[in-house]
Amino acid sequence: MPESKSKGMGVGARRVIAYIVLIIISFFCLIWFYILLVNATRSHTELSSGFTPIPSTHFLENWKNLMAGTLPILNGMLNSVIVAGCSAALCVYFSTMTAYAIHAYDFKLKKALFTFILAVMMIPTQVTALGFLQLIDKMKMDDTFWPLILPAIAAPVTFFYMKQYMDSTLSISLIEAARIDGAGEFRTFNTIVLPLMKPAIAVQAIFTFVSSWNNYFTPALVLHTDTKKTLPILIAQLRAADWLKFDMGQVYVMIAFSIFPVIVVYLIMSKYIVAGVALGGVKE
Amino acid sequence: MKKSNVVKYNKWGYIFLIPFLTVYGIFQLVPLISTVYNSFFENYRSGLTQIGPNFIGVQNYISIFSTGDLWKYFGNTMIMWVLGFVPQILISLLLGAWFSDPSLRLKCQRFFKTVIYMPNLIMASAFAMLFFTLFATTGPINSILQQLGIISQPYEFMNHVGSVRGLVAAMNCLMWFGNTTILLMAGMMGIDPSLFEAASVDGATATQTFFKITLPLLKPILIYVMITSLIGGLQMFDVPQILTNGTGDPMRTSMTLIMYLNKHLFSKNYGIGGALSVFLFIITAILSIIIFRFSGNRDAVQKKAK
Amino acid sequence: MKKKVVSAMLSAVMAAGMLAGCGEAQVQQVAEAVQEAAQEVEKEAQETTAAAADTAQEAVSEAVEEVEDAVEEASAGGEGQVLNIYCWNEEFKSRVTDHYPGYTEVDGTHGTIGDVQVVWNITPSDDNAYQNNLDENLLKQADAAADDKIDLFLVEADYALKYVDTEYAMALADLGITDADVADQYEYTQSIVTDSNGNLKGSSWQACSAGLIYNREAAKEVIGSDDPADVQAAVADWAKFSETAKAAAAKGYKMCSVNDTYRVYSNNVSGKWVQDGAVVIDPNMENWVNDSMDLVQAGAENTYELWGDDWAKGKTPEGKIFCYFGPAWFFNFCLDFGQEGTIATDGGWGFCEGPQSYFWGGTWICAAAGTDNASLVKDIILTMTTDPAVLKEIAIADQDCVNSKTVLAELAASDEGNIELLGGQNPYAELAAGAEGIDLSNLSSYDQGCNEEFQAAMKNYFDGNASADEALAQFYTAIGEKYPELTVG
Repeated sequence: MPESKSKGMGVGARRVIAYIVLIIISFFCLIWFYILLVNATRSHTELSSGFTPIPSTHFLENWKNLMAGTLPILNGMLNSVIVAGCSAALCVYFSTMTAYAIHAYDFKLKKALFTFILAVMMIPTQVTALGFLQLIDKMKMDDTFWPLILPAIAAPVTFFYMKQYMDSTLSISLIEAARIDGAGEFRTFNTIVLPLMKPAIAVQAIFTFVSSWNNYFTPALVLHTDTKKTLPILIAQLRAADWLKFDMGQVYVMIAFSIFPVIVVYLIMSKYIVAGVALGGVKE
Repeated sequence: MKKSNVVKYNKWGYIFLIPFLTVYGIFQLVPLISTVYNSFFENYRSGLTQIGPNFIGVQNYISIFSTGDLWKYFGNTMIMWVLGFVPQILISLLLGAWFSDPSLRLKCQRFFKTVIYMPNLIMASAFAMLFFTLFATTGPINSILQQLGIISQPYEFMNHVGSVRGLVAAMNCLMWFGNTTILLMAGMMGIDPSLFEAASVDGATATQTFFKITLPLLKPILIYVMITSLIGGLQMFDVPQILTNGTGDPMRTSMTLIMYLNKHLFSKNYGIGGALSVFLFIITAILSIIIFRFSGNRDAVQKKAK
Repeated sequence: MKKKVVSAMLSAVMAAGMLAGCGEAQVQQVAEAVQEAAQEVEKEAQETTAAAADTAQEAVSEAVEEVEDAVEEASAGGEGQVLNIYCWNEEFKSRVTDHYPGYTEVDGTHGTIGDVQVVWNITPSDDNAYQNNLDENLLKQADAAADDKIDLFLVEADYALKYVDTEYAMALADLGITDADVADQYEYTQSIVTDSNGNLKGSSWQACSAGLIYNREAAKEVIGSDDPADVQAAVADWAKFSETAKAAAAKGYKMCSVNDTYRVYSNNVSGKWVQDGAVVIDPNMENWVNDSMDLVQAGAENTYELWGDDWAKGKTPEGKIFCYFGPAWFFNFCLDFGQEGTIATDGGWGFCEGPQSYFWGGTWICAAAGTDNASLVKDIILTMTTDPAVLKEIAIADQDCVNSKTVLAELAASDEGNIELLGGQNPYAELAAGAEGIDLSNLSSYDQGCNEEFQAAMKNYFDGNASADEALAQFYTAIGEKYPELTVG
């Protein structure tokens, strides 16, 4: 005990420092949302004259202009929700399954497959994207959601996380206990392993959801029909508008609008990430 | 792990791998193989005219190495990654330590934990728009600095090597530190609380607990963070691409490997692009192996700790 | 029972349709008609449960007639039922919606002209996505089903030749459009879309000739007059322009950005960017570099990127900018007219031709080879780009500077052409004169890449981050990446 006093600062002082640092960090995290919102309230001409931190009064006007335009914004929102939601669900479920296969079983090709999947992670997506495009064209999946959703099943990065998480938390004895109870392997996975992985699943679900939500590169290559497009493409389209229609106010409103659902999803998921699982909840 | 009764379940290992391998095989392996295959061909498009594919052996590899630019871009990439990653991991560890330290009893934890990931919710392109506005020569940052008397002339952030790299690093750090922190916290939540109790009974300080218990048990997650950040770093693209309008200026000092690769995709140059991808793959693999070795990834250690 | 009859009839009709060997669209149309008929039948059946079988029979024969009609219609004239238009934004779509007689909008990407369904394939140009998408589909054009074939696609001047100088774009003459039809257009708008064999392969409704838009206050202060003729005299060539710029600098103004003048120089080169497979730096491009560097060092020009916040500051008096370079759309949409505190709102801008004639912007319509809607395509091109009534309408409603000598002359002669933000000045005479003066005989299909990369590379030189040679070397590197087939350096 005396050691602790000589070594560390007093708890009070550390707490003060922690609060100060946390407040500064929070400021830097939130300021962007404020700027976005402020910009969404400003008209195109106000925006082009530079940044000010004071909100203006054009929010509703921008919003009305945006909705009056021909871009199917609400449709885009729905598309984004479908694509990002399905990707996230498929991604976490199958990545956990894959990680479980490597973690819980011993088979001949285990090591080779593990290394193989890790190697997959190191391949830059940009180049394969073009081959990917030719492929989906041959498979007649052009202008559909499938090429955006299905590949999420094979997500090495998520798999790797699940595997690492299992290494530190999921003990084999638990699984064996389930086997003794006579549960089938598939059932064991669904009813015992998945619930135990909740924090990891929540984390990866939100990551996948967000990256799919914000993805422009692949959807822009795949989707051509306006009513099938996701929000980032519509935003790009709005920004590429001709001079008569170009309106940064609308662009900012649309960005704000497209961030809103992610925030909601994030706040829902954050319950699991932040406080939902009590310490040690994963061990029994 | 090596219990005998496990053996009869092993076929399930394969079964559970089927979805991953099938989807991977279809959507990624085919394009991937063609990438490697293409790297040995002259294969690009001039306007709408397809040139090649003509087999040219390792000519593509020779041409990407011959200019020496490749190492410059590799250097740029690593510098910007390190500039962003070091503060990122330090902040994440610090926050992780604070949040997991029961003696601090921080209030509003939920708020802080929630907030840190929020920057990641903003699209990189939207983020870059905001950065442009803020760091413009006549923008608010310059006018604040001038009012404070720190500088007398507006500083052209986009025209100096240091500030461009710094902004790229800052943006990456800001966008991803929350991600890292969440990963670490999720890992920390998985640690058996009895270990912390035992430590406090033994009279360990918060610092000791962190370094002796939390950190070692976090190792798999830390390795994960290191490797994925490294890979993400080597594949750094959108932030510098948007911030420099794809030029990587000044004088390509902020051009990353993937931005370079992207330059070749304009002409659908699968040959050079393929060769670059193979190069990138090899570099990534080497660096990842170094991290694995360096961190001594021995699962057994952690297994015993439990 | 009724249902059985109906379905039997329907499948017979379907089969007949198929056997008749109609294309996919016809089959689709047949299917639609069949569906309609089926619905009708069902409705009727529901309405009168006690209805005799002959009611159903009647409905069915009605339906069959309908189907037959549809099939007939579909095969009439041999033209396709779907018109596919590829573009990167909604500009042309809104022009067609507002001004093309008979166009009915269905939703954001669909419309109809008579029986033909119009499909807009809009891909934003970010990350080159528009051209990538267009390239892939043009290359597949030959194998595509008739109704999936591209019929019209739009291009911008900077890369027009990439498409025009290939067999994928159709010569207007092959559509039956004659030289007389397009005689009222400005010649430069045609040279942009003329292939190396002299075939005209596209047409535009805009003529974006551009000039120098000056700040009247600044002109009074620097030159002592804000009269367009006096200002024109002060910027009549690049030597005078430099002199005026330095005088402006002495009064605390920046002339403009180096990027503002770029297009003026690049439109007036004496040779193509690429000659015999090698990149050639034209003397006029060297002039741009030297003149600009001279002015940057004298503090008379800045190096701001176009459209950036810094560049936009000149729209207010506090921005202390002498001039911008731009065409008609520029003063209408880029000078923030109506916004408090801008020069435009006070009518404080003036317009003159500037040192050299040049153009900026515009959209060209090309017909894709293999189109199955040739006569409709012809009519759209003629109506939208040559019909003086439609062009006048566009000029008034959309403020486009239209591609018609007649209409511009009319505007120049009437008060309709007076522009408030130019202090009531009528710029159309200058715009028309500018459009006549543009000479684009030195375009090449590499212009987009070369211009972008040259500007980007030279910025390093102007900003003091590289010597002229280093910047040039970087330009060559970038070109080598973009166009592997070229010899550089």
